Amino acid sequence: MDIKPINDIEKDIIEDFGLFDSWEDKYEYIIDMGKKLAVLEDEHKLDENKIKGCQSTVWLVASYEDGRIFFKADSDAVIVKGLISMLIRVLSGHTPAEIIEARLDFIGEIGMMTHLAQIRSNGLLSMIKQMKNYAIAFQAIDNQQIDHK
Amino acid sequence: MATLDLRQQFPILNRMVKGKPLVYFDNAATAQKPQRVIDALTHYYTHYNANIHRGIHTLAEEATAAYEAARHTAQEFIGAAAPEEIIFTRGTTEGINLVAYTWGRQNVGAGDEIIISGMEHHSNIVPWQILCEEKGAILKVIPVNDNGELAMDVYRSLLSNKTKLVSVVHVSNSLGTVNPVKEIIDAAHRAGARVLLDGAQSAVHMDIDVQAINCDFFAFSGHKVYGPTGVGVLYGKKELLESMPVFQGGGEMIKEVTFEKTIYNDLPYKYEAGTPNIADTIALKAALDFISETGKQQIRDHENELLAYATAQLQAIPGLTIIGNAKEKVSLVSFIIKDIHPQDVGVLLDNQGIAVRTGHHCTQPLMARFGIPGTIRASFALYNQKEEIDALVTSLHKTIKMLL
Repeated sequence: MDIKPINDIEKDIIEDFGLFDSWEDKYEYIIDMGKKLAVLEDEHKLDENKIKGCQSTVWLVASYEDGRIFFKADSDAVIVKGLISMLIRVLSGHTPAEIIEARLDFIGEIGMMTHLAQIRSNGLLSMIKQMKNYAIAFQAIDNQQIDHK
Repeated sequence: MATLDLRQQFPILNRMVKGKPLVYFDNAATAQKPQRVIDALTHYYTHYNANIHRGIHTLAEEATAAYEAARHTAQEFIGAAAPEEIIFTRGTTEGINLVAYTWGRQNVGAGDEIIISGMEHHSNIVPWQILCEEKGAILKVIPVNDNGELAMDVYRSLLSNKTKLVSVVHVSNSLGTVNPVKEIIDAAHRAGARVLLDGAQSAVHMDIDVQAINCDFFAFSGHKVYGPTGVGVLYGKKELLESMPVFQGGGEMIKEVTFEKTIYNDLPYKYEAGTPNIADTIALKAALDFISETGKQQIRDHENELLAYATAQLQAIPGLTIIGNAKEKVSLVSFIIKDIHPQDVGVLLDNQGIAVRTGHHCTQPLMARFGIPGTIRASFALYNQKEEIDALVTSLHKTIKMLL
């Protein structure tokens, strides 16, 4: 499977945002991505997958196939959903080690850091932590299996 | 009322947000400060910063005089009978907690009942839950009708000789509802219960006369009445405050300390342990003076005009529903928009320079009552103008178009 390195995807996103000269264009793009985010089936919208913010809620699930992690997520707020969609685009399909090391500088570069700063109002920062936690957990499972061999 | 002249007294209103002139509609969360409040803070630190009550030097005397002058102003502001009925706190939350931890622990026992309402802020729910859990007491809740008003018939049926306290909000922070507090207090007193009013939202809009309404406790915050953060007032009837146990121990609240026994100080110092928030308390006086000089009736007339205008303009927006349509409201409008999350609206309005509050406003049970995750709340102050409401409406149209 040929998957673009995380840094390259981040660069793509930063370039995309470089084309927008107004906040309207920027947010219309994010909203559009939010609307296009692959549907998360209701069966996954469980409390155990919930990352509760003060205002909006994020659901996140992860699967592990052939050394790569695949994320699926949803939110009740569409701008958060658009930001989630970008995070999935950047991180999904990568190895645990790559995800753990990802710096995700693009969020600041495209001027969306304020959304991360609002820790209490949306679950975005917790979502990134949770994505990394999945990577750490899957890596630990791998290491255990190597030990057993 | 000359709104433009008043606006000029608030330097922050000149700033730009995201390249647009700031429209500040989050006044129910905290109000902006007039120059004289900012000056009072600076003046204190520049000229007479000193610890109060104990020093014998000139600075200490000046600081003590200014601090106690604030107490007299607060007394007049809410119509208390005596200055010692005014306890300075950190804010409404600390005022309510003080009553819960002192009067509550002394007077509430197993099987006793405390009545709150379905529109309380978390700060008038959680302290009573803690007390009820500790004492085995029961918390009862007055329901809210579809208009956002208290079901007064149910309230009367909840009252009994088991009721020890009724603690309700004077004005709802989420809905704007003005509750019929005189009626609530009279009914509670007939049942032998005491009443605490959460005045966080009412103190800035309503005429407060604690003697006329006859409440037993009244708590409000400085920062919502154009004053600084970190200071507030708890009013209590003198005989109650005298009979209550102390809250925090330390300096200032004592008369004499030996290792065997401590004799506590008189009111109000009995409840003001440690060095108080001197600077902000002095600046609170400037804020209360500002309100009194501007005139609460004049402020109210202006704000009611804004409320009527905003209500009409917002209602005309397709898909918009106002939450809270009580007959008596202060100047705030809470609303939802069909198929749109309130948080998305808040983010896009901010990009247009408009500050509103979105979310549950620390009233989660009330949001659950209406079956919504939260609302968008625009709350108005004396310096807001109709033109700003027009800007909100224009921006909302644009926001909805972007999100749908």
